[in-house]
Amino acid sequence: MRPMNALRAIAVAAGLAFAATGCGVTGGADAGKTSSAPAGPLTGLRIMVPNTPGGGYDTTARTAAKVMGDTKTATNVEVFNLAGAGGTVGLARLVNERGNKDLAMLMGLGVVGASYTNKSEAKLTATTPLARLIQEPGAIMVGKDSPYKTIDDLVKVWKEDPSKVSVGGGSSPGGPDHLLPMQLAKAVGIDPKKVNFVSFDGGGDLLPAILGNKVGFAASGAGEYLQQIKSGEVRVLATSGESRLEGVNAPTLKESKIDLVFTNWRGIVAPPGVSDADRDRIVDALTKMHASDEWKAALKTRGWSDAFITGNEFKTFLTDQDKRVADVLKELGLA
Amino acid sequence: MDTFNLLLQGFSTALTPMNLMFACLGVLLGTAVGVLPGIGPAMAIALLLPLTYNLEPTSALIMFAGIYYGGMYGGSTTSILLNTPGESSTVITAIEGHKMAKAGRAAQALATAAIGSFVAGTIGTALLAAFAPLVVKFAVSLGPSSYLAIMVLGLLTVTAVLGASKLRGFASVGLGLAIGLVGMDPVTGQQRLVFGIPLLSDGLDIVVVAVAIFAVGEAFWIAAHLRRSKMSTIPVGQPWMGKQDWKRSWKPWLRGTALGFPFGAMPAGGAEVPTFLSYSVEKKLTKHPEEFGHGAIEGVAGPEAANNASAAGTLTPLLALGLPTNATAGVMLAALIQFGIQPGPLLFQNEPILVWGLIASLFIGNTLLLLINLPMAPLWARLLRIPRPYLYAGILFFATLGAYAVNLQAFDLVILLVLGALGFAMRRFGLPILPLIIGLILGPRIENQLRKAFQLSAGDISGLWSEPLAVGVYAVVALILAWPLVALAWRRFRPGEEAVQVPASLERDPHQSRL
Repeated sequence: MRPMNALRAIAVAAGLAFAATGCGVTGGADAGKTSSAPAGPLTGLRIMVPNTPGGGYDTTARTAAKVMGDTKTATNVEVFNLAGAGGTVGLARLVNERGNKDLAMLMGLGVVGASYTNKSEAKLTATTPLARLIQEPGAIMVGKDSPYKTIDDLVKVWKEDPSKVSVGGGSSPGGPDHLLPMQLAKAVGIDPKKVNFVSFDGGGDLLPAILGNKVGFAASGAGEYLQQIKSGEVRVLATSGESRLEGVNAPTLKESKIDLVFTNWRGIVAPPGVSDADRDRIVDALTKMHASDEWKAALKTRGWSDAFITGNEFKTFLTDQDKRVADVLKELGLA
Repeated sequence: MDTFNLLLQGFSTALTPMNLMFACLGVLLGTAVGVLPGIGPAMAIALLLPLTYNLEPTSALIMFAGIYYGGMYGGSTTSILLNTPGESSTVITAIEGHKMAKAGRAAQALATAAIGSFVAGTIGTALLAAFAPLVVKFAVSLGPSSYLAIMVLGLLTVTAVLGASKLRGFASVGLGLAIGLVGMDPVTGQQRLVFGIPLLSDGLDIVVVAVAIFAVGEAFWIAAHLRRSKMSTIPVGQPWMGKQDWKRSWKPWLRGTALGFPFGAMPAGGAEVPTFLSYSVEKKLTKHPEEFGHGAIEGVAGPEAANNASAAGTLTPLLALGLPTNATAGVMLAALIQFGIQPGPLLFQNEPILVWGLIASLFIGNTLLLLINLPMAPLWARLLRIPRPYLYAGILFFATLGAYAVNLQAFDLVILLVLGALGFAMRRFGLPILPLIIGLILGPRIENQLRKAFQLSAGDISGLWSEPLAVGVYAVVALILAWPLVALAWRRFRPGEEAVQVPASLERDPHQSRL
């Protein structure tokens, strides 16, 4: 009978495993919620996250799905992950699912860059844009012992010899933290090819390099470093948004006479070939979600800035972003 | 209030029935997740995160910490029993652990892993409670040049696992380095060895490669030889650790802890390198060198303690600075933010109940894990009584499930089979497997740190030894490299001493499967 016991142990382990993965697949869905809203909630939407669980896209998608469920604008929204190649694997899948009215993908600037660096045949311009949800301006940061006190100090030294000033960023080439310093270089008249970009593995890897003054300066979203910025260990020289970042005492690049506005953003797109009616159905649900108090509360907890635009406005924005990213990466020989 | 009082208060938080239940749930889930190759604690926590919206933050974090520690325990089980590492940090455990299992000492291997993890986890947690700010200050001061030096030291471990033929050993390292090159170049963004397949541009997942080479390769090998060798099951032997086992285990536990903890706290340290170092240290220091490669208990005790101590180390910068140093810590950070808790230098002051409750629950989780795992060891060991065809069918099932679970990509199954065939070929032609895995893990990291060091020093070669720790580590490397020469010279001048004997048992039977 012993082998039987052992087999049973395997079966139990397998059962546990399925239970564990099972939780994940349905994790974003608020099962069992029935709604009585007169317009009838959106049903059966699946949101694809082209990245691993726990990342930025994943959190955004799961938060959106939860708020949509809680506010009864949609029921049984399912979030699933299809990671790979900086999001281009998911993008390829989305573009292949032409006309699928129940599928959407959460994406952002990183996916735009990856679609070029990975030479993906699927491009974001082929998708049906639904809505931009949130954005975060970039920040140019140094450690408290850095010789650079203002962005002008930095740019002056940087222009003299770009190779001597290392630039740390928390993403790989093509990602937001890479695109920001490259566009900044272009804006101040430095050849992006000469930028000495050092890629770190996310904020946890980059922060010690800023604190220890190991990089000349760092370009990244300020959100991950707010504690250190408040305590004065990290100095922000400039932020790259249209207006100043709340809680951060630093000018924008525009105020500093550098003509660049750069934000890292996240939004939702649908497969190509979706009918206008089906598109509007999802956009309506997203608009309702955006208007809810729950979404506002979620934005606050997460430290996200609202950047909600839909339809043609988002489409124009997407096309413009795609072109800007393509220009920079082509200059670098990456696209 | 001093640390001790705070800790007692933490225990009162952690010992409420509710929190105790979550700790139990966490360690059980963690063990299950660790046992399955492919699903790691990071993914488990990320997937559970949405379900914990309505929980008390303390309860949720206690459960997550249980999953993290449990995963570290569970990973060793499959390494030892099935030669299939559940996590990349338990790859080394498979070398001696699986050999012990084959010799009927699976229960002892599992027990020394469990107790070693307990010892390391407890000491690590105590260090975390006592020295968090100090450790973090040191760990954060390290830059690429220090990491590079440490990785080079880790690479020396390869020499301990090269096997009988140096040429084959180095060929295997080369294969590992080549596989490590696949994917996007981290500096320039150019694609390397991806052959136009976008799925390859993230590189190959270490777990998928390890599972393919170890488990699938082994299953193919066994399948190819089943007809020729008689159907025998593996003996199970006695269930508990003997006096000798205890005597040989306790020092490796402590040394493994000492190696693992600082690595966990370093932002780019990781749990793998200390297990390599621990293995080579134990191999050097053991009184039974002839047993290494054939199931030496030290080779399980040390690395297992090292990977658990590193788990405790990882929580140090997370709690003291809000600095996640690996994927699991990253997800836990996301959890903190979800609960509206700002991690950072002020966390210890702002949220004492949460922090000390969490630390106390780590002690409790560790104890729970020992209580669960120790009696389980003989039960797990009985798995090996299953006749080989069924056993390896089961292994293949779990390997496939695990490889698929990493990214939910069917493409990973193709990789699994292709690399499984490579694993089979390596066994056929007598190439040792571990050098490949070590090359695969260390190659990309060494490259990354080397290039970072040069980028930060603007190409100046002095950037390689710009940090004191780097200089110190290189001195150790030089010492280790020079040691055999010195020893040789010593013997030459004192001809009376007997030459070091190579035991005949080290010459391997070519038809046995190799590591």
